[in-house]
Amino acid sequence: MERAEAGSYSKANSKKKRNYTRLLRNIIQGYGFMLPTILVLLVFILGPVLYAVFLSFFDVTLLGSTVLDYTGVDNYLRIMDDSRAKRALLNTALYVGIVVPVQTFLALFLASTLNAGLKGEKIFRIIYFLPTLTSSAVLTLIFMWMYNQNGLINNVLDKLNMPTYNWIGDPNIALYSIMIMNIWATAPLFMVIYLAALQGVPKNLYEAAELDGANVLQRFWHITVPQLRPITSFVVIMGLIGTFQLFDQSYIFSGGSGGPSNSTLTVVLLIYQYAFKSLGTMGYATAIAFMLALIILIASILQRVLSKEEQFN
Amino acid sequence: MERKRSWAKKLLYVVLITYALITLVPFVWALSSSFKTFAEISSGVMSFIPREFTFENYKQIFIEEELFFRWLSNSVAIAGGGTALNLLFNSMAGYALARISFPGKRVWFMLILAVIMIPVQVTMIPNYLILKELGWLNSYQGMIVPAMINATFIFMMRQFFINFPKELEEAASLDGLGRFGMFLKVVLPLAKPALAAQAIFVFMGFWNDFMRPLIIMTDADMYTLTVGLNSFKGQYVTYWNYIMAASMVFTLPVLVIYMFFNKFFMKGLSFTADK
Repeated sequence: MERAEAGSYSKANSKKKRNYTRLLRNIIQGYGFMLPTILVLLVFILGPVLYAVFLSFFDVTLLGSTVLDYTGVDNYLRIMDDSRAKRALLNTALYVGIVVPVQTFLALFLASTLNAGLKGEKIFRIIYFLPTLTSSAVLTLIFMWMYNQNGLINNVLDKLNMPTYNWIGDPNIALYSIMIMNIWATAPLFMVIYLAALQGVPKNLYEAAELDGANVLQRFWHITVPQLRPITSFVVIMGLIGTFQLFDQSYIFSGGSGGPSNSTLTVVLLIYQYAFKSLGTMGYATAIAFMLALIILIASILQRVLSKEEQFN
Repeated sequence: MERKRSWAKKLLYVVLITYALITLVPFVWALSSSFKTFAEISSGVMSFIPREFTFENYKQIFIEEELFFRWLSNSVAIAGGGTALNLLFNSMAGYALARISFPGKRVWFMLILAVIMIPVQVTMIPNYLILKELGWLNSYQGMIVPAMINATFIFMMRQFFINFPKELEEAASLDGLGRFGMFLKVVLPLAKPALAAQAIFVFMGFWNDFMRPLIIMTDADMYTLTVGLNSFKGQYVTYWNYIMAASMVFTLPVLVIYMFFNKFFMKGLSFTADK
């Protein structure tokens, strides 16, 4: 009896020991494999987020070394009195408000057209995808060349007896020039995403609707659109995140200034200018960055809530 | 009914071809401009076929413009090195999250998912200060190290390894391979399709990046091509023939990669959408 107990005790003990060494091995292996990720996560992502919170309460001056001057919530309050910040926010809102719906619709429209089972679909798909592959810097330069006062676009417009514009230099036009370019550049990416999703829509839905006498538009509106709702939600959120962060194109278009007369100034360009192009406003720039992050978060949540509500109705 | 259908088909083709032209014209125009002389560029005559076909523009940027080759090398080194490290580290992390049970795993996984939501603008300023402290401004490591992992692709690799057959690993461990050896020799080679999809997107991310090199690289010597192209614009102002030639050189590598990896490209993309 006693012997048996002792035996099972030592058995349990060695099992415990085995479990313990296995746990130790798993910890070493797990953290070993994760080490590079954890380092970058801490040093270049999570650490900086905390650091940014801290910075947003200071005036930061870079004079060889970094000089900090505590100002409390001043940086956040300052946003409200800053006319350039207001302008940047308005420009960005206008840009988001026009580009996201247009590119989403264009992408859906192109995808359903491509999905109609025509020959040469592959070639079209490759052509449509060219802008996605090309860097924003190159695309912006190509468009600036075409937007030139006596460039290709004005020339074509002139031949068609349509009005020509000063696409880059006119403050009433410049932002729209960027919109056109970016809708052209981004819609194909979302088209491919829609295209992949369209393969999953059951064909018999369309056949049944056709038997019921639904025409192309009705089928598009009553089958394609509702079936793709989750993808649309994804495309809209990706679109929101991307458009709120407009920077490269505005920067190159205006040579970094956001001009003419602040017409292409976006929130991110403003953050860049305050952080790296003027002295002592780095903390303020961080505060604006947090405001932008908050706006993007709210917009994404709002979009998600709205599209859910629509589904329940 | 039949007639109606063929009519609709024609209409669809018209739509598709029109949009294909809209997509192609800027590229064709840029390509043709890169072979035109400055005289023709500034003459205001619009023709897609150069009147006088010339390679001078390419010669100018490669031979006269010493920095152009330097920028190209910088871009290749940063994009190449960054992509290689991403492939290795994202797979390692994804593998650990899928296959090894260690304490804290859930927390790290949640953190990685949360990080996907943080916009770069928030971390960009503190990162600049950190890189400055490290003395990594104007260096390759300043561009590569902060971006040598990618939360989205760690998540993708985790999903991939979760469905990975366990038997293969068990067989390999009988052969006396350690866990890391097994990961390199058995697991990674079998993950090729997932790696290829990831490689394209990571490479494009580095290659086309504009904002990070603009902030980190302030010496003209260290510019990547995107920033270099932008400075070209300031330098040459009206010499669009040079700017277009440089743009074409810059675009070519990505097009070549796309042709080779087209299949994987779609896979990577549909993953991003499935999330």
